[in-house]
Amino acid sequence: MTKNLRVKSSKYVDETNRISFKFNGKTYHGFKGDTLASALLANNVHLVGRSFKYHRPRGIMTSGSEEPNAIVQINPGTDRTEPNVRATEVEIYEGLEASSQNCWPSVQFDIGGINNFLSPFFPAGFYYKTFMWPASFWEKYEFFIRHSAGLGKSPTSSDPDIYDHRNVHYDVLVVGAGISGILAAKNAAKNNFKTLLVDEKNELGGSTIFENNEFNKIDNKTPSEWLKKEIEELKEIKNLEIKTRTSVAAYHQYNYLLARENLTDHLESKDKTNKIRQRLIKIRAKKVILATGALERPMIFNNNDRPGIMLSSAVKKYSEFYGVACGSKNVFFTNNDSAYESALSLYNKGINVEAIIDIREQSESKIVNKIKETGIKIYWSHSIVDTAGYKRLNSVSIMKLSNDGTSVTGNKISISCDCLGVAGGWTPAVHLYTQSGSKLKFDEEKKVFLPNQSTSDQISVGSCGGDFKIDEIINNLNQKLKDTLNINETDLDNIKIEIDQENSKRNIWLLPSDKPLGKTKPFVDYQNDATAKDIKLALREGFRSIEHVKRYTTTGMGTDQGKLGNMHALGIIADTAGVKMGELGTTTFRPPYTPLTFGTIVGRSVGKFFDIFRKTPINDWHVENKAEFENVGQWKRAWYYPINGETMHQAVQRESKAVRESAGILDASTLGKIDIQGSDASEFLNRVYTNAWSKLAIGKCRYGLMLNEDGMVYDDGVTTRLGENHYIMTTTTGGAANVLGKLEDYLQTEWPELDVYLTSVTDHYATASLCGPNSKKILKKIIPDLDLSDENFPHMSFKEANIGNIQCRIMRISFTGEHSYEINVQASYGKDLWEKCMEAGQEFNITPYGTETMHLLRAEKGFIIVGQDTDGTMTPIDLQMDWIVSKKKYDFIGKRSLYRSDTMREDRKQLVGLLTDDPNIVLEEGAQIVSELNQSPVEMLGHVTSSYFSPNLNKSIALAVVRGGKNMMGKKLFVPMENKNINVTVANPVFYDEKNERLNA
Amino acid sequence: MFLINCPYCGERDQQEFKAGGEAHIERPKQPTELSDDEWAEYLFMRKNIKGVQYERWNHAHGCRKWFNVVRDTSNDEIKAIYKMGEKPPSQ
Ligand SMILES: [Zn+2]
Repeated sequence: MTKNLRVKSSKYVDETNRISFKFNGKTYHGFKGDTLASALLANNVHLVGRSFKYHRPRGIMTSGSEEPNAIVQINPGTDRTEPNVRATEVEIYEGLEASSQNCWPSVQFDIGGINNFLSPFFPAGFYYKTFMWPASFWEKYEFFIRHSAGLGKSPTSSDPDIYDHRNVHYDVLVVGAGISGILAAKNAAKNNFKTLLVDEKNELGGSTIFENNEFNKIDNKTPSEWLKKEIEELKEIKNLEIKTRTSVAAYHQYNYLLARENLTDHLESKDKTNKIRQRLIKIRAKKVILATGALERPMIFNNNDRPGIMLSSAVKKYSEFYGVACGSKNVFFTNNDSAYESALSLYNKGINVEAIIDIREQSESKIVNKIKETGIKIYWSHSIVDTAGYKRLNSVSIMKLSNDGTSVTGNKISISCDCLGVAGGWTPAVHLYTQSGSKLKFDEEKKVFLPNQSTSDQISVGSCGGDFKIDEIINNLNQKLKDTLNINETDLDNIKIEIDQENSKRNIWLLPSDKPLGKTKPFVDYQNDATAKDIKLALREGFRSIEHVKRYTTTGMGTDQGKLGNMHALGIIADTAGVKMGELGTTTFRPPYTPLTFGTIVGRSVGKFFDIFRKTPINDWHVENKAEFENVGQWKRAWYYPINGETMHQAVQRESKAVRESAGILDASTLGKIDIQGSDASEFLNRVYTNAWSKLAIGKCRYGLMLNEDGMVYDDGVTTRLGENHYIMTTTTGGAANVLGKLEDYLQTEWPELDVYLTSVTDHYATASLCGPNSKKILKKIIPDLDLSDENFPHMSFKEANIGNIQCRIMRISFTGEHSYEINVQASYGKDLWEKCMEAGQEFNITPYGTETMHLLRAEKGFIIVGQDTDGTMTPIDLQMDWIVSKKKYDFIGKRSLYRSDTMREDRKQLVGLLTDDPNIVLEEGAQIVSELNQSPVEMLGHVTSSYFSPNLNKSIALAVVRGGKNMMGKKLFVPMENKNINVTVANPVFYDEKNERLNA
Repeated sequence: MFLINCPYCGERDQQEFKAGGEAHIERPKQPTELSDDEWAEYLFMRKNIKGVQYERWNHAHGCRKWFNVVRDTSNDEIKAIYKMGEKPPSQ
C-alpha cells in the first residue's frame, strides 16, 4: 500500500536530510522540515485516528493548529510522552514515535467502531440521558466509558524537562507572521517602536509564502516572491525581535498576553537534555497588532468526515510547501474561488484533478477561466450528497442543487477519488481578539464575525480583520498602521497591486442530500462527533441559547474548541430558528488558543520550588536531632523529636511529661512579632484588643484577644510594653501577615489621626521557650547576674539581659502553665542561644519538644489555639473568656457585635472540656457530639476541636464546641463513631492546675 | 491581570495588590449608639456592581499603602485612583 506521494522538491523540506520515525509501530521516512502530518501523507497514510463518540475512522483534515482529527500520542510509553498533540504541528525528528488515540485494539480495527452502527441510539445529550439511570449501573457504565473513550494517556513518571517563565515588555506586539504581520512589524520597528513578532510556525510568511496565483501581483511579483524579499529585509531592522514556534495562548485585558515558546520539541531526544523545553512568555505590550489570519471552513454535507476529505487550503499547502500530493485522484468541493487555486497548484505539478464541484452557478474570475482551459471538469450548481470509503475516501456522489439550495434534483453522479479538498470560505481567527474582552459584529455580506469594539489599544489586520484580498489587506493595513502608530508614511504607500476579482458568492450552512436529514451524517464538530442533526434535535427539544446548544450537543467542546465547525453550528441554528446570525451572538472563546502543557504553566515552580517555605534560625539543630516537621502556614516547624524508634505518640508522651517534671525547650521563633511605636501606641492597642492596655506598666506583658468587626475571635498573643511609646506584639504563627495587614488597614483608613508605626520583626528574632519547674535554674546558669526572683522578675514581665555579648529580651510568660521564659535574640544568634540552653539544661534532662507537645500541654490548661478551637464563628463569650472583654472601654474592634441578638443567643456553640467515661479512649478531633443515640435524624450539638491523651493526668482529655455547652457542666453526651458510641461528660476545659500554682513553682 | 497605578509607587502589576472591597464605608464613630439594624448595615451590606464601582486596594507587595480605585467591573477599566481621605472624582 505504501507509495511515495512526494511530488516536487520544496524549499521548506530538505530532501537531503532523510528522517525515520514510527507511527503506530511502523517505520516511515520523511524529510527535515516535514510535520508528522505531511510525512504521513507523503506515505499515503490518511487514517490516523478514530472519532470520540462513534469511533469513525478519521484522517488529517488541516495543516495547522485548528486540526480536529489528527490528534496523536507522542513518544508513547516514555517519560516524555504527551497526549492530544496535533500531528499537523509536530515537526518530525529522527526517532520520533507517535500513535493514534481513542482506538482499541488498533486504529485499523477499532472495537468501538460498532458505535457508528449503533449511532441512532447516540443522539445529542446521549451521555446526559443514558448514564443517569439506574444509579446502581454507574459502575458498569464507567467501565465502558473509560475503556472505549479517552483522549490519550498522561505520562506516569515525572517530566524530565525544564520549563521556564519570562516577563517581557514591548511597545508593539504583532501576533502572526503572515503577510500582514510581517508588514506591520516591519513598519512598527522602523518607526522606533520596540517590537515583538511571534508566529506558531517555524517559518515566517503564513499562507502567502506559498501563494503562487499568477493573477495576483505585488509590484509585478507574485505575493510569494514579494514577501520573501520583505522577510529578508526584516533581518536588517533594529528594535525588532522575532520568535517562531511561539503560540499566543491567551490575551487578557490591559494587553497582557501569554505565549508559549517551543524550544526543543523539534529536536532529537539526545538534543533535548538539559535544555528548556518550553517557555511561557508573559507579554505586556503598549499596542497589540493581531494578524492571526483566517481558518478555512469545511462544508457540512452527508459523510463529510472520511479519511481523505481535507480542507482545500491544506491540500494546497501540502503540495506547495511540503511537496506532498494528498491523493492521486483529487476532487474539490467549493463555494468560492480559492479551491481553484488549490486545483491549479496540483495541476501544475502534474497531479491528477478529477473534478471541481461548485455550489455556485458560475464564476468568471481569471483563475476559474484558467481551470476551464485545463479541461478539468467543473460541476456548477452541484453539491455532494454522499461519500463512500470506510477507511479512505473512494468516491463522492453529486447531484444538482435546487435554486434555493434546500434540495437536490436530477441524476446522481458518482466520481471516483481518493482525496477531496473542501473550500467553504474563510473564518477570521478572532479567538484572541475576543479573549481580550472585545466585541464582535456579524458581517452579513462576508458571512463572518469581525472585530468591532476593542477594549484595549489593539488592531486586527489582514484576514483576521476581514480583509481577504491582497489589495484590501495592504490598503487597510496601511491606514490602520498610520492611525495606531501615529505615523504619516509607511513602506506600503507606493505599492502597485493587481488582483483577480472574485465576484460570485454562495453560502449554504447545511447542504442537502437526497436522503432525509435523519438518515445522513453531516458532521459539524469532527472531534466530538456532533452533527447537524444533533443541533436541530437540541433546538426541537427547546434549547435556544447558543451556549446551551453547544453544551448539550458538545459542539465546539473538544480540544480544538471547534475551530472548524463553530460558524456552521451558528448558521444552522440561525437558519432553523429563523433568526439572524448577528442576533444569535457567538460562543465565548477561552484561553488557551491551543492546549498548553502543565510544565509550561508551572514553569520553575516544581519540586522544592512548588511553594515557598520558611525555616527558623534554629532549624539546622532540629534537622541534626532528627525532628519530624509539620507545616504551619509557610513555616516548617519541629513537630516532635522521636528517640530510638519512638512513635509520634510515644515521643509526645515522653516530651510532655519531661516538661512538667523538669524542663523542656521549644523553638517559638515562628510566632508573629510586630513592633509598635508612637505616642498613640497604647490607645491603638486599646482599640484593637478586647481588654484594656492604658495601665500596663513598662516592662509588663499582657495576653490579648483580637476580634473581627463581627465579634469573632481573629487572633491572640502576648504583647509587652518595652517603653512609654513602644510595644512588641506577638501573634499566632499562621496569622502574623494578616494581623499586620489588618492593623495597617485600620491605621491608614479609619484612624489616620493616630501616631503609630508598625514594623514586622518576625524574622529579626529567634525565640527559645524555656519551660518547666527547672527552667529558672537553667536560665540562672546562662545569665548568672540576672535577678530571677519573683519580686524582681514575676510572671508576665519582661527583662533585657546579655548572654555573653548577645543581647536578649526575656519575657516570663507561659503557654504550658509551667514556669517559663521566652528568650528572644537576634535571629543570627538563635542556634547559639538554643545550644547554650541545651548545655546548661543537660543536668536537668532538658527535653526539646515540638508543636504537638506544645498543643497537648496547653490543652491540659484549656488554652485555646485560634484556628483549631475557633473557626471564625466563636466570640470570646462562646469561648468562656468573658474575663478578657473589657466592660469599661467605650469601643474596640468587634465590641458592638458582641451584643447583636445573634451573638447573645444562649444556645450558641460554646467551648467546653470533654472527658471520656473510659479514660483510655481518645476522641477523634472533628468527631460529632449528640445527646440522643436512638433518634434519627439526630441533632449535631457540636464537635471535638482538640483531643489528647494526657500523660500528666493519665487520662484522655478533649476540648469541644457544644451548643449551649456552658450550661451543660457534668452532662452526659455521646460521640457516635463508625463502630461504637463513646460516652462522654461535659467538663471544665481547664484540666490541669486550675489555680495556676505551677506558674510560680 | 490588569495594571494599577499606585499613587505612591506608580504603575504595577495587579498581583502586587490586594483588593479590599467597597470604598467609602466609614466605621461608625459611636458603634454603641447604633441599633442592631444600623450596625448590620455597616457590618454586612456591600454593593457588588456590574459597572463602575468604588473600591479599596492595598499595595500589599509594595509600599503597603491603601488607596481608592474607581473600576468598571465589567471590563476592569480603571477610571480613577485617589488616596485615602481624598474626595472621589465627581461621577
Ligand atoms: Zn505602592
